[in-house]
Amino acid sequence: MALRELSSLEKSLGLKKSNKYSTQGDGKVPVLQNSKGPALVGLVTIAGHLVREAKSPELLGRTAEQRAVVQQWLEYRVTRVDKCPKEEVKVVLKELNEYLQDKVYLAGNNFTLADTLMYYGLHGIVVSLAIQEKEQYLNVTRWFDHIQHYPGVRHHLPPVVVLRNRVYPGIHH
Amino acid sequence: MKLFVSEGNPHCLKVLAVLELTGVKCDVQHVNHEEKVVPFLSRTVLPALLLPTEDYLFSTNAICQYLSETSGLGTGEDSSQWLEWEATELQPAVMQALHMMVLHGKAAHASQALEGPLGYLEQSLSKRNMLFLTAETVAVTDVILWAALYPVLTGSLLQAGELKAVRAWFERVNLLPACETALQKVFKSKELDVLKGFLHKQPNPLIQQKDNQSCNQPEQMEHMMTPEEIEIVAETWSRGLHSCQEVPERQHPILPQEGKRNILLTSALPYVNNVPHLGNIIGCVLSADVFARYGRLRGWNLLYICGTDEYGTATENKAREEGLTPQQICDKYHAVHSSIYRWFQIDFDFFGRTTTQRQTEISQNIFWRLHERGFLLEDTVEQLRCENCERFLADRFVEGVCPHCHYPEARGDQCDKCGRLINAVELKEPQCKVCRQTPVIRSSKHLFLDLPKLESDLEQWLDHSMSSGDWTGNARHITRSWLRDGLKPRCITRDLQWGTSVPHPDFSEKVFYVWFDAPIGYLSITANYTDQWERWWKNPQQVELYNFMAKDNVPFHSVVFPCSLLGAQDNYTLVSHLVATEYLNYEDTKFSKSRGVGVFGDMAKDTGIPSDIWRFYLLYVRPEGQDSAFSWADMALKNNSELLNNLGNFINRAGMFVNKFFEGHVPQIVLQEEDKNLIAQVDWELKQYVQLLDKVKIRDALKCILNISRHGNQYIQVNEPWKKIRGGDNDRERAGTVTGVAVNVASLLSAMLQPYMPSVSKTIRHQLQAPLSCASAMMQGAGSFICSLPPGHSIGTVSPLFQKLEADQIEALKKRFGGQEPERRSQSEAVVKPTGSTLTDKASTGTDPERAKQLTVAVAEQGDKVRTLKAQKADKAVIGEEVTKLLELKKQLAVAEGKDPSPKKSK
Repeated sequence: MALRELSSLEKSLGLKKSNKYSTQGDGKVPVLQNSKGPALVGLVTIAGHLVREAKSPELLGRTAEQRAVVQQWLEYRVTRVDKCPKEEVKVVLKELNEYLQDKVYLAGNNFTLADTLMYYGLHGIVVSLAIQEKEQYLNVTRWFDHIQHYPGVRHHLPPVVVLRNRVYPGIHH
Repeated sequence: MKLFVSEGNPHCLKVLAVLELTGVKCDVQHVNHEEKVVPFLSRTVLPALLLPTEDYLFSTNAICQYLSETSGLGTGEDSSQWLEWEATELQPAVMQALHMMVLHGKAAHASQALEGPLGYLEQSLSKRNMLFLTAETVAVTDVILWAALYPVLTGSLLQAGELKAVRAWFERVNLLPACETALQKVFKSKELDVLKGFLHKQPNPLIQQKDNQSCNQPEQMEHMMTPEEIEIVAETWSRGLHSCQEVPERQHPILPQEGKRNILLTSALPYVNNVPHLGNIIGCVLSADVFARYGRLRGWNLLYICGTDEYGTATENKAREEGLTPQQICDKYHAVHSSIYRWFQIDFDFFGRTTTQRQTEISQNIFWRLHERGFLLEDTVEQLRCENCERFLADRFVEGVCPHCHYPEARGDQCDKCGRLINAVELKEPQCKVCRQTPVIRSSKHLFLDLPKLESDLEQWLDHSMSSGDWTGNARHITRSWLRDGLKPRCITRDLQWGTSVPHPDFSEKVFYVWFDAPIGYLSITANYTDQWERWWKNPQQVELYNFMAKDNVPFHSVVFPCSLLGAQDNYTLVSHLVATEYLNYEDTKFSKSRGVGVFGDMAKDTGIPSDIWRFYLLYVRPEGQDSAFSWADMALKNNSELLNNLGNFINRAGMFVNKFFEGHVPQIVLQEEDKNLIAQVDWELKQYVQLLDKVKIRDALKCILNISRHGNQYIQVNEPWKKIRGGDNDRERAGTVTGVAVNVASLLSAMLQPYMPSVSKTIRHQLQAPLSCASAMMQGAGSFICSLPPGHSIGTVSPLFQKLEADQIEALKKRFGGQEPERRSQSEAVVKPTGSTLTDKASTGTDPERAKQLTVAVAEQGDKVRTLKAQKADKAVIGEEVTKLLELKKQLAVAEGKDPSPKKSK
């Protein structure tokens, strides 16, 4: 899962040569053997490394504040979204939904690595949502649809159908 | 910039130490653990940092990194890796350890949880051989990890001998002034108890650990297939139906046939004395019905038998309550059962009863065969006798405290709570169910089935049956644990009138114990269906027997009854596949006939919700593998999201396009890559469905149906036939193909739905004018998706299949059936019921809580009086008078509580 995600990320960053990854431990944590130094371990760490390789540091945030926000959502992705127990899914969706209420991207007005990785991480959850639930988490759905159409992001994942017209207009109020 | 922290919170230790280390100026505010600082998070998360940009940071590590960056220290890739490890590996282990240690006092478990991460840290530190984690000088990373580990390393939890490098590094960081200052702010007392307040507010990490079935990795979302495989499926599809023959009508009596798969299917016989609740229905008759319908579609030669179990103390009790004879009770409730099952569309081949001449003949025959072969023992048993009622109190005539689990309402034969079987004399504080007096112990002569003597035969047969048949996990497990405990002789006679009489002259006053004689009901009911019943029941070579039941019935079907049949040595057909469900709960509590908790079969009809919807939801939550629960809100959600939105929406659209764009005729179909992919995907789901149902995974197979319509919806949505129909020739052809494929998927869905929702399936078939034979055609062999509605086929009128269940409608239903709702009853009643009458019922109209309270006291006092008189061995007439008063009071109390005054507590 994480490995396909990293190779999709490489493509979307426009990196020419692709890296070889392996995993370690029960949690299948990705590992990148680095010719220059010690191996890199962890999805966030490797993704950050790839972004720097691609010379697109703005994807990690343009200001110190934005960089912190990006880090925060990357951490949220690997600690809360990954291996999310069933009863927690709704909490995660609710939190994201409220957060995204007045935002275009996770870090405000710019597309960042946080959007890409959160999209990969949430795909499995969003795919299995009923139409009614998608409407319940409208801000997440809107953001998700936006990101899946962002140039070069989707790659290995099938598109999720998002209805434009609301079927259950009564849910919110 | 503002930092929010709370006392005793180890995360705050991190940020405060980093704040000291970096020297960043920041306003620090102390708040409670409960204070909600970050507006969008559901739980309180501290520390939190309000940035100058008005954004909140709630990740401790992100805050530290930010502080570090603004102070100019910065963080590199190396530290990023440590921080990720800290968040994903170390932090969960620390939280688990603290939870174990501080809240549960289990230090050993705590150090076990930490073993992995600490070992890793030790290894890394000793390998690099530097003073600190990333360099020879201290960095933010060191402080963060130190703070994370402080609560677990500072105590005496871990042996100092090991983890040398960790200890040395920890001490180095510990000495930093920044750390000391932060410590004083967060852990003033230095005792770990200060953590308690914080830990109580955290989600339990142990529960999260346990439930590691993550759900964001869907079970094989898309099934990968090679182009060749897809091509083969598409060819099969295009070949269409012609090769298959019409399905023959069912002809009764159904008898085993040479060269066919002959399946004898039974569902546990429901007790006649009460109305079945939803849990009973899903547990046996409905599950077996789905399998029976599926088997018939598969072309198996199948006989589905069931009936009411009518003998026993429960019936006698009920008869007394209602003032009828046992036979009248049976006649009355047999009709109730039949009509409920008819409404649920349970398609039995025969629904009989156990109070028949055939039952007597067959039971007595088996009895004599066991007797002749020396498998019956005679013994004297201690039995409870009620002097007041002048009779032995068998089984359910007595209630008391369970000797195993102390459940206060255990019955004389079995405890509802722990499920263990009980000898009535073992009950603590036994009470006669009729008059509530304490019975005395007397002896009586009884017959026993010598199970130990049959044990080796049984085990040999079980080995074979379990290895070749489909036994559910719980059935295997329960059976094994019975055998492991060792078998003991089991009493097969009872001192009752209402039962099959024991033909032995020494026991002429007695009847068979209901569990000896009830499973024989399967045989006698079949015998009432056909004189040639032995072709099913004495034919293990040709017949496979499936038993459906809830798990509490397993031992009787896997151990006790097989022993009777084995001991009779008459070539009986024994069970090959034992399918047991777990329990279905009602909302959050147990269904209980005695407490009137839950929805009962006859009420389902009165809700106005069609029986197919009930079937769907019950099967959707079928307790397969684990207990599950019926919930009104969830039923509405599943109806609206799965049926209305997904399944109904797809089938309706497919049909509508044919009618609207192609004058009701299926258009020309020219398959392209994309269409073939869909067909292959659908075909794969169909094959899954067949595999699952062959193994009686009824709930899982239902998901395949919903997956297909999900694929279908997506297919329509992506291809937009409603737009293409207005385009050029190519587009119009595409619109035709997509519509044609979609309507054929709908036809397949009608076939797959047949076992689950027979009426809906029929409606779809009528709407699409699909041939009757297509269902069985597509379910032959491994199952294959075939074009059953070829181009040119004309379909009928299409109309919506499902209706939305509105929130207020569901709310109203909840209220309307309020008397049966557990949330209206107090918790204490659901768990422990006080003896006598219920104290805390506030349910339904016509109640008078004040009066009920007074009466409760009066009943208790009167009860004491009666008991005292009895203890004093007072005159019978005097006692009788007081008992009458007591009963009258109880009746009044019942009225005040809004219940039917006739006692309704039997099972």
